[in-house]
Amino acid sequence: MSIVTHQLGLEHGNGFRALHGLNLKLTAGERVAIIGPSGAGKTSLIRLLGSALRPTNGRLELLGENPWQQSAAGLRQLRTRIGTIHQAPPIPPRLRVITAILAGRLGRWPAWKGLLSLLYPVDIAGAQQALARLDLADRLFERCDRLSGGQLQRVGIARVLYQQPDLILADEPVSALDPILADAAIAQIVAEAEQRGATVLASLHAVDLALKWFPRVIGLRSGQLAFDLPAAEVSTDMLRDLYSSEGSIVPTQANDPALLHALTEPLPEITDPKVVRLDSCRGRG
Amino acid sequence: MKNTPSIRGVPLTPPPSHLSTTIAWGVLFVLLIWSWEGADMRPLDLIKYSGNMSIFIKEFFPPNFHDWRIYLEEMVVTVHIAVWGTVLAIICAIPCGLLSSENLVPAWVYQPMRRVMDACRAINEMVFAMLFIVAVGLGPFAGVMALWVHTTGVLAKLFAEAVEAIDPRPMEGVRATGANAVEEILYGVIPQVLPLWISYSLYRFESNVRSASVLGIVGAGGIGVILHEVIRGFDYAETAAVLIIIIVCVTLLDLISARIRQWAI
Repeated sequence: MSIVTHQLGLEHGNGFRALHGLNLKLTAGERVAIIGPSGAGKTSLIRLLGSALRPTNGRLELLGENPWQQSAAGLRQLRTRIGTIHQAPPIPPRLRVITAILAGRLGRWPAWKGLLSLLYPVDIAGAQQALARLDLADRLFERCDRLSGGQLQRVGIARVLYQQPDLILADEPVSALDPILADAAIAQIVAEAEQRGATVLASLHAVDLALKWFPRVIGLRSGQLAFDLPAAEVSTDMLRDLYSSEGSIVPTQANDPALLHALTEPLPEITDPKVVRLDSCRGRG
Repeated sequence: MKNTPSIRGVPLTPPPSHLSTTIAWGVLFVLLIWSWEGADMRPLDLIKYSGNMSIFIKEFFPPNFHDWRIYLEEMVVTVHIAVWGTVLAIICAIPCGLLSSENLVPAWVYQPMRRVMDACRAINEMVFAMLFIVAVGLGPFAGVMALWVHTTGVLAKLFAEAVEAIDPRPMEGVRATGANAVEEILYGVIPQVLPLWISYSLYRFESNVRSASVLGIVGAGGIGVILHEVIRGFDYAETAAVLIIIIVCVTLLDLISARIRQWAI
């Protein structure tokens, strides 16, 4: 799914400008990471692009059309093609894992199927397959409130994999996972997107993860674009500058944030992303 | 405020009480005095007529369980009335409650719906029972109808309050996948409110058993009919037996329903 924004901005009711003057262009099948300090507007941007939030300034075009000028049915239709992964998956605690995953396709199912699925899951094999890709297949019939934070986050990812959207938006999708699992989960999202030509836009806390998996990196600071470059061209100075409000400490996968000036080695190079098998990290997260 | 001892601007003495607080206490005091007159409170009579009362109480003992089979049969009918009154009310309260929730529907839907539910709730079951006896005749069915209407009003309000307290994010999450409004409610709202709804429904069932046991006094079936007869006939030993059966039955049902609620949540 292609995305174009013109001077896109979001102003909250209290006058706080979460985002302003954003000009972005994403072609179908592109993979883009958003990085930036806390409060930079990463979540706001993702909510705007997912047409969950209406921009207060500027224009947004998804597939060449403004989602907010479409009919209610048209907007619903568009949303079925957008899958959003949240940092804290918005799943009611008492729902079973399988029901939560199957809810990913609610928009595409006829109403009777959605109703039936609440009583008896209609596509057990499909949900199991999505969950197996995140090494959680054994939790298929567990209630969501019995899962750990990391497991719940992976259920949220599985839901979007099951939805098969044309645009995958991810807001800190692996924040509750340990480095190995996080890497494997991102690999699954990337593999899914490559297989179906879907666009991926992910905000990431860990800069090394962003540079490893995403050919293009957007730096966001105080609601404005700091840089928008191929990952290979993102320099250490740029990152230090981006995180200047957090003491120029560039957050990475490791829990102890590496002080940038203490880095002797250059930042990790972009290696050819290959899919990591999750079977090897059973029991993590 | 200059001379008040303080730590970083926070004074060490509590602030003086507000004028509004003083007025509120005054209003409460006046209300109590005024109500004393209206309610014809005569506490001294309790002491003055204590002799009469002890004679009256003696007539209750020993309770006469001679017709216990009939009492028990009618108690079971009472529970049956409560079961159907509550179940029909739950079925109606689900849509009515959802349509009274301000986070789901616009004001022009929830305001009229709430007023209708207020009306159902404002009128006591006994009054409804008397009205339904005119409509459907004497007997348990009038009791079922009375409980149904009143309980729908109560449960719709409780259900709506539970819905208004939910976390909106699951609903937004379901909406973000392109689902329609009904699916949003089924997948985003119901799973969150279900434990509370079950708990409220069971609680209303308990209180409906208590209500149903007096509905018979106006002729709407159940043990109330017998209770009315024995009190009117000054058969206090039988009255005691009926009361004991009601107490035991209501207590048992309360205990069972408390167990179910624990398990459901």
